Amino acid sequence: MVTSITSFGRSGLYDWMMQRVTALVLLTYTVFMIGYLLFNPGLDYEQWKDLFSGTGMRIYTLLAILSMVAHAWIGMWSVSTDYIKQAGARFVFQSACGLLAFIYVVWGVQILWGI
Amino acid sequence: MMCVLSLSLESQAGFNEAAEMLQESFLAKLIAWGLVSALLYHFFAGIKHLIMDMGHCEELESGQLAAKATLIVAGVSILLAGVWIW
Repeated sequence: MVTSITSFGRSGLYDWMMQRVTALVLLTYTVFMIGYLLFNPGLDYEQWKDLFSGTGMRIYTLLAILSMVAHAWIGMWSVSTDYIKQAGARFVFQSACGLLAFIYVVWGVQILWGI
Repeated sequence: MMCVLSLSLESQAGFNEAAEMLQESFLAKLIAWGLVSALLYHFFAGIKHLIMDMGHCEELESGQLAAKATLIVAGVSILLAGVWIW
């Protein structure tokens, strides 16, 4: 049996589930951030720094970044396997997506724990 | 987006710079609005997708209605986001 080696979890059902779970994480994070910015119109640096200094917020933000990366991978994988028929081009595209995802995670950790 | 987050959390000066950029620069506002617009449309279309996963609005009539509702809600929220940014 040949199984997919480039999908996120090597299983369509697993990817399907992860896409929805990560979507819910991103939904709550988006609603939270929009709400926070709406209710704090005169936001200053101290307040903004305090928000991201808490361990809870750091964990939540890192969870959102990891969710975004997984969500984006599954989405881009679906699109590229559907539309990029040429294997070499698809490999290059998916590699670029993977590299970007890696960069976003490391960069995000650096920002969050560098405050 | 990551650049602005990084800048705004790095120091007081960085925060001021990011805030000023988003308040003064037309190009920065346009980029922010573009990113927010794409996110909002994806956000509402995603919610519709989850509703359909739960087995609602899967018939032709209700499906078309849900699709139109998604477009309208996304359009209105994108306009509101534009008002907020400017």
